[in-house]
Amino acid sequence: MSEKLEEFDNRIIFAKTLIALATENPKIVVVCNDSVGSSNLGEFRDLFPDRLVDVGIAEQNMVGVAAGLANAGFTPFVCAAAPFLTGRALEQIKADVVYTRTNVKLCGMSPGVSYGELGPTHHSIEDIAWMRALDSLPIVLPADEAQTKEAVTWAANTTGPVFMRIGRFKVPSVSQGQSPAFVPNKAMRIIDGNDITIIATGTLVSRAVAAAHQLKADGISARVINLSTVSPLDTSEILLAAKETKAIITAEESVTRGGVGGAIAEFVVQNHPVAMKLLGTDTFAPTGSVSYLLEHYGLTADSIVASARELLKHGK
Amino acid sequence: MSMATREIADLAREIRIQILHTIKGAGMGHIGGDFSVTDILATLFGAVLKVDPKEPNKADRDRLILSKGHAAVALYSTLALRGFFPVEDLKTFAKPLSNLNGHPNRNKVPGVESNTGPLGHGFPIAVGTAIGAQLAKSGSRSFVIMGDGELQEGSNWEAAMFAGHRKLTNLIAVVDRNGFQQGSPTSKTNELDPLDKKFEAFGWEVCVVDGHNHEALLKAFTDPQTKPRVIIAQTTKGKGVDFMEGKAEWHHKVPSDEQYEQALEQVGKQ
Repeated sequence: MSEKLEEFDNRIIFAKTLIALATENPKIVVVCNDSVGSSNLGEFRDLFPDRLVDVGIAEQNMVGVAAGLANAGFTPFVCAAAPFLTGRALEQIKADVVYTRTNVKLCGMSPGVSYGELGPTHHSIEDIAWMRALDSLPIVLPADEAQTKEAVTWAANTTGPVFMRIGRFKVPSVSQGQSPAFVPNKAMRIIDGNDITIIATGTLVSRAVAAAHQLKADGISARVINLSTVSPLDTSEILLAAKETKAIITAEESVTRGGVGGAIAEFVVQNHPVAMKLLGTDTFAPTGSVSYLLEHYGLTADSIVASARELLKHGK
Repeated sequence: MSMATREIADLAREIRIQILHTIKGAGMGHIGGDFSVTDILATLFGAVLKVDPKEPNKADRDRLILSKGHAAVALYSTLALRGFFPVEDLKTFAKPLSNLNGHPNRNKVPGVESNTGPLGHGFPIAVGTAIGAQLAKSGSRSFVIMGDGELQEGSNWEAAMFAGHRKLTNLIAVVDRNGFQQGSPTSKTNELDPLDKKFEAFGWEVCVVDGHNHEALLKAFTDPQTKPRVIIAQTTKGKGVDFMEGKAEWHHKVPSDEQYEQALEQVGKQ
């Protein structure tokens, strides 16, 4: 067991970054759905009371209002629990934000199964597949504190819609001082290797790193890619993984059908087919804590190691 | 008839003529709803909105969001006649690769504020533009036009509740109350009345007007307000052509050659 790394709640660095950006840029506003607490926006509201528009529990109105604010020249950050933002307001996201191409930043808080025991109504496992289906919507999943800070800054300074997921449960740093920690549209190769590639997103990147360390002890050289931008897909890095390693494992806190694994498989099968294993949260979850659920879905470092050995041995 | 209302009447007549040409030429369009909303658009673009066709994205412009996006031809005709793009372009409506789609696209048509079509979208957007204008202190006003059947969408009531709560005095919602939705009377599908009381309960001031009376519309659009205002515009689907008026089948029927000539003649005299 490696030493315990310090862990961070990305929502805290998200809010801090947003405050720093809003201090410089008066056009930045927040739109939320009674989610000041869950999105950690109390300090933002205290500093910029007029620039936090809380519509109450009304997600369709929330996204429409944000589109209107963008039309009026503002840069709205919509901060809401990912399942309700993407599920309840899907058509507003499609028509008012993505198709109209308004400058709205959609921030899905507490995605995946991070609401644990609250169950499948509160889990956001479908959001990546839904957002991926929309034409030209950047999808960003920062994996740690440094990436969250840089990705939010990038989103604020880029024109057009962005969807990003901001994790709830604490994760260790995976960037480890790498600068820049986040490069838009780029997959970040954080460990090199030539036997197998593990492509992970968001909260699972640190688990992929731990898996690679375990595999190394067995003499298996695992490459780890932090896919912090899911859309557009960094196809050149994925092509290298397919060509230079024997197999690819994907790990995501979402459904693999149309999700991150689906995206990579679509590319790999058409360009350089290799053995693949897609790990994700593909079913409505049973009752359990976040850590229990990630174990249930085979999304621990140990499970990733087992999947890697299996894949290299049997090709599936 | 004042100078302003005479100009509005002229514009309304020209809009109806262009709607007829455009729908006849394309072989498609929502003529009934286009004609019911024509006088509302003519009043807004003729005498109310602070918009500049030469600078359609000017920061402090007034915003008009046509939430009933299926009345795209009425909006296109109005924008073209007001100089946002050449009237000639109306002939491309619905043709392959035309900028003029069956529903409006902000990124292709100057003067369009949002890509509407699915119902219940425009109202929240107008609430957003109204809040934005207050934050920016731009003095810009926001207007949204909805069909009455559209008010069956819950998103509108989320927006109405929030606008009432924020007391948005720079927001006007117009309900094109023609009494019909696609296939049948609104009253038989899912009754909206008492619509005035519903809006009052949500913190709005309510103005019920004849939606084809330019003077009444102009007053409703320009009287000072202390709350968000809804104008319930009593309209007639297919207004201006006697054989179309109040007939559900003219929701999206295309006139025959003979009907087209008759309609042009009737509209031209108005």
